[in-house]
Amino acid sequence: MPPLGHHLRPRAIGLYKTLHRLGREYPDPNYNFIPKLRSMFRKNAHLTDDKEILEKLEIGEFVRKETEALYSLKKYRTLRKRYVADA
Amino acid sequence: MRPSLVNQIRVLVPIKRTIDYAVKVRPAKDGKSIETAGVKMSMNPFDEIAVEEAVRLREKYKEAITKITVVSVGPPKSADVIRTALAMGADDGIIVEVPEKTFADPLEPLGISKILQEVVKKAAEEEEVDLIIMGKQAIDDDASQTGQMLAGLLNWPQATYASKLEFLDDKPTKGSVAQVTREIDGGLGIVKTKLPFILTTDLRLNEPRYASLPNIMKAKKKPMKKYTLKDLGLEEGAKPRLETLKVEEPPKRQGGAKVADVDELISKLQEAGRI
Repeated sequence: MPPLGHHLRPRAIGLYKTLHRLGREYPDPNYNFIPKLRSMFRKNAHLTDDKEILEKLEIGEFVRKETEALYSLKKYRTLRKRYVADA
Repeated sequence: MRPSLVNQIRVLVPIKRTIDYAVKVRPAKDGKSIETAGVKMSMNPFDEIAVEEAVRLREKYKEAITKITVVSVGPPKSADVIRTALAMGADDGIIVEVPEKTFADPLEPLGISKILQEVVKKAAEEEEVDLIIMGKQAIDDDASQTGQMLAGLLNWPQATYASKLEFLDDKPTKGSVAQVTREIDGGLGIVKTKLPFILTTDLRLNEPRYASLPNIMKAKKKPMKKYTLKDLGLEEGAKPRLETLKVEEPPKRQGGAKVADVDELISKLQEAGRI
């Protein structure tokens, strides 16, 4: 996370909170979503350059979208298996 | 009371709190119900699709849809799923509180339909309901009856198992005609119906969104009304008529065995009377 007072810090915190919330429902219990999330954010905590931070934030956004897509796909497939006869 | 809005549509979305789709369901010790203690509960996935459809209608037709109300009948904890629906974009919630029930003494679809019928009447006191969107069935008892029974009680048309909803006007108003594509055995059926009507959603209608964190926070401030069965005059009318005798797991799959060669395979098959 960018240092205190940095103008991108709130955005990074927002992204972290969103991902943390998503991670609590990760379908595979053996995948350490939240520890991984934490170490990834910590790894980039020292960045101060706007351009670099934005790059990382974009990666984070991408992960968020992918995770949401993964959840809805899993739900759709489970229901399809249960309720659609020729699935 | 709000002034009557002649040309605008109010949507009601009944939802149910069920055991989460990913949880493996087990019979309870008494053999007449399923284990719910410590089990993750969430909104019935088909109802999520219904909420999503209502929210998409508003995104498409903007102010033509005045209000999206979600209603749930259940124990006080059902408020959680109403909050989830509010976070997805619904405007207000109604919870009809009933005591914590088990599968041995559940509310049946007919009881729920009667409750919903009263809720629709109550809601009409402030603003009439024009469209009811609900899941085709709940993933716990899979009855798939509530929508149809409610349509019967209200004497409204119904479009069940919908996979597509379109309005024929640019801006739907009261009495507008909708064209609904339905999933039926071996194909698709298309029906046309006038508002008000009941729509029950099938799996392919849309993909429900994931509520964002700011919206989850905002949902906590949205209004939620509470009714009891007494308020609706249904203390007796919603009583179940069926008794659950037994709930048990399906028979366990018999394990297979390895055979060394073809002769053994043939002899085993003969033993089993297959050839």
